Amino acid sequence: MMELKANIPSGPIEKKWDKARFEMKLVPPAGRRRYSIIVVGTGLAGASAAASLGELGYTIKAFCFQDSPRRAHSIAAQGGINAAKNYSNDGDSIWRLFVDTIKGGDFRAREANVYRLAQISVGIIDQCVAQGVPFAREYGGLLANRSFGGTQVARTFYARGQTGQQLLLGAYQAMLRQVGLGRVTLFPRTEMLDLIVINGQARGIVTRSLATGKIEVHTADAVVLATGGYANAFYLSTNAKGCNVTAIWRAYKRGAALANPCFTQIHPTCIPASGEHQSKLTLMSESLRNDGRIWVPLKKGDTRSPDRIPESERDYYLERIYPAFGNLVPRDIASRAAKAVCDEGRGVGSRGLGVYLDFSDAIRRLGEGTIRDKYGNLFDMYDRITGENPYKIPMRIYPAPHYAMGGTWVDYNLMSTVPGLFVLGEANFSDHGANRLGASALMQGLADGYFVIPYSIANYFGQAKLDQVDEDHAECRRVATEAQDRVRRILAARGKRSPDSIHRELGKLMWDKAGMSRNESGLKEALAKIPLLREEFWKNVCVPGAGEDFNQTLEHAGRLADFLEFAELLCLDALERRESCGGHFREEYRTADGEALRNDEEFCHAAVWEHAGPDRKPIRHVEPLTFENVHLVKRSYK
Amino acid sequence: MNFTLRIWRQKGPASPGDLVTYPMKDVSPDMSLLEMLDGLNERLIAEGQEPIAFESDCREGICGVCGLTINGIPHGRRRSTTTCQLHMRMFEDGEEITIEPFRAGCFPVVKDLVVDRRAFDRIIASGGFISASTGSAPEANSLPVSKKMSDRAMDAAQCIGCGACVASCPNGSAMLFVGAKISHLGLLPQGQPERYDRARKMVAQMDREGFGACTNTGECEAVCPKDISLEFIARMFRDYLRSVFVERPESGAGGGP
Repeated sequence: MMELKANIPSGPIEKKWDKARFEMKLVPPAGRRRYSIIVVGTGLAGASAAASLGELGYTIKAFCFQDSPRRAHSIAAQGGINAAKNYSNDGDSIWRLFVDTIKGGDFRAREANVYRLAQISVGIIDQCVAQGVPFAREYGGLLANRSFGGTQVARTFYARGQTGQQLLLGAYQAMLRQVGLGRVTLFPRTEMLDLIVINGQARGIVTRSLATGKIEVHTADAVVLATGGYANAFYLSTNAKGCNVTAIWRAYKRGAALANPCFTQIHPTCIPASGEHQSKLTLMSESLRNDGRIWVPLKKGDTRSPDRIPESERDYYLERIYPAFGNLVPRDIASRAAKAVCDEGRGVGSRGLGVYLDFSDAIRRLGEGTIRDKYGNLFDMYDRITGENPYKIPMRIYPAPHYAMGGTWVDYNLMSTVPGLFVLGEANFSDHGANRLGASALMQGLADGYFVIPYSIANYFGQAKLDQVDEDHAECRRVATEAQDRVRRILAARGKRSPDSIHRELGKLMWDKAGMSRNESGLKEALAKIPLLREEFWKNVCVPGAGEDFNQTLEHAGRLADFLEFAELLCLDALERRESCGGHFREEYRTADGEALRNDEEFCHAAVWEHAGPDRKPIRHVEPLTFENVHLVKRSYK
Repeated sequence: MNFTLRIWRQKGPASPGDLVTYPMKDVSPDMSLLEMLDGLNERLIAEGQEPIAFESDCREGICGVCGLTINGIPHGRRRSTTTCQLHMRMFEDGEEITIEPFRAGCFPVVKDLVVDRRAFDRIIASGGFISASTGSAPEANSLPVSKKMSDRAMDAAQCIGCGACVASCPNGSAMLFVGAKISHLGLLPQGQPERYDRARKMVAQMDREGFGACTNTGECEAVCPKDISLEFIARMFRDYLRSVFVERPESGAGGGP
């Protein structure tokens, strides 16, 4: 029976992190070099962790599947990063950021973690500015802020529409400084295929070189996974093509429980798909909702061009339904509202799957120059993709899978149920509950990497008894052989279908049955079909070329094999959570006016899934969530 | 739309390569070039052939991995655009399109259209950072930075590390890439303490990697998907010269011209 110990420090919430840090064990400077740490993933969480742990003097190996650590998908985050600096003097505070995040997450996150995140947010901005991140500034030379979806204060720091890029380059450069100093060794184009657990402790990983196909074992005293989210289970998402669930899925099968996999975020402002060839979806930053107004025609099937539709025949539905927040309601609410108007037949664009995001009022009010200054690069990107000029014609947007709130279960110290395995950033489940607020992903990734893991990993080393383990250990050889066999099996199928065609089929099924809204019969249908599709994969997948070579079809097939297992758990979790909360909307559980209906009596908990062995139903545990500082209330943005 | 594609195929770093012709029919003008290649790869897999290796990840113009040389121009002829953001409506129906990897001595071919750009990481590791260890930062607003300087630093910081500048340069020079990083950090007050050391070390590493010199042809700026300005190369020269003749390297500081 798995034991879930969240290890939340006692005492008032403001003091918990201080108390924890004081009580944690330390590793003295001279002793750190002897401890080796594997960091998988080099996005905001992974790069900031590798840099900070290297600075402390540990011996680090950093792995990424991309050709360079700078390509990690954090680079594509556009809008900004929240911090409770209250530079805007508009009533922000650590307490308010904490409350907003708990409420935004629809009361499905841990209070203690979220409070710590809000506390740490302040130091993140200091750290990034010191590294040379060129945040936007006011004419007086001080930092600028803007507001972002789901909040009523301006607490978001940004670097044009490329905040993720600039923060990632800051962390990447800090990590490469440690490479130059010899404390971090980089392994680009190297993918983790499995986790090695010895005597119940995470002690290494099996990797495949994507350049040569060579399978290798790397051992260490602790393993840190910062491998991002799983939105590509839906095939079409805003994630990069390479984003995958493999690392946390393999860890799950080695004992690291997964929490709330059904909590996925569908982002409201993405460019609609243009046809069957679509390979991914592109996000248009949520910041656009600060100045753009969202509308659809009042009448069904109105095919007039937008400039021919008079004001009186437009429905600014977010402003109408949610007068207090209007176009700035949180993402889950904006997405569902867009789906609802499209389902009514009022969607726009050739496929009827789109709503207008219209800047004409803002351009009239502020002038085209101001809008260009604020959003120029986003408008250009829209123009390049669609061939339409958003200064003249309203943008068309539609929701798309974007972020995974669920992930590996971790305790307050970011350690999973496998001792010595730490999971950071989007890959863990900890801070966003059932819905993440805009500009909070960057904050969490950097909080985990810069300011949490340096303390909690020392605490682990200070207590753990670590035997000498090397690459020739029997368990290392066994796990490596299993990984090798899986590659051989994929290559040996020699079937008729490409991994891409099977992935598209999985994605369509997931989007239809487990996407923006879910119901029991649909989820049961998906649970019946996914195993068949998995069978189809293993029998009929076609991967040309060799295993000992650069082989992108093989990479994709390996990741898809894990998605085909993971998707089932996502649907099972969605089926078992018989309530609607945040991004998880169950059609059976809604209020009279169609809003999400939470069930705090039965589901005020994190659902934590334990792998029970092949072909056995996973075991659902619960971690109860208690709200002592923010009262459990119905979330309302009206 | 219909096209004739001529695509560079090369089995590995040590094998010779060649252009292979593939006809493409009924291509949607809304497809991106990479989506067209996805479609071609699906066809090749169905025929049991090895698909064409090419790299892409974010497919929204920011990760910097997707560089292809299209009709002789890195990232193709549309200005300020990465390969992944090129759509087929930008091409003429019936056009012959030649697709090659980025060509540069310092970017060896891994396979087909994929090259190895690790030299860029090594240049950054040599000095492309501000040494500000986690935890030691002062309050963010304690040091005001003029909006003009900050915006200029951002113009340089936008570089996505794709390497089109190197691939377009007749000398295979990496100076736009290196100049952009030296300028980004050197324009900010936080970057001043290491400014000249940084320039000297990064230029030294660039030379060790074997990148060529700048002869002011300006091809790099023309193909840069992020419009990085040649002016940053001038800034790099100034900082480098000052580092050598005025600041003088500290003894034992490493790097060195």
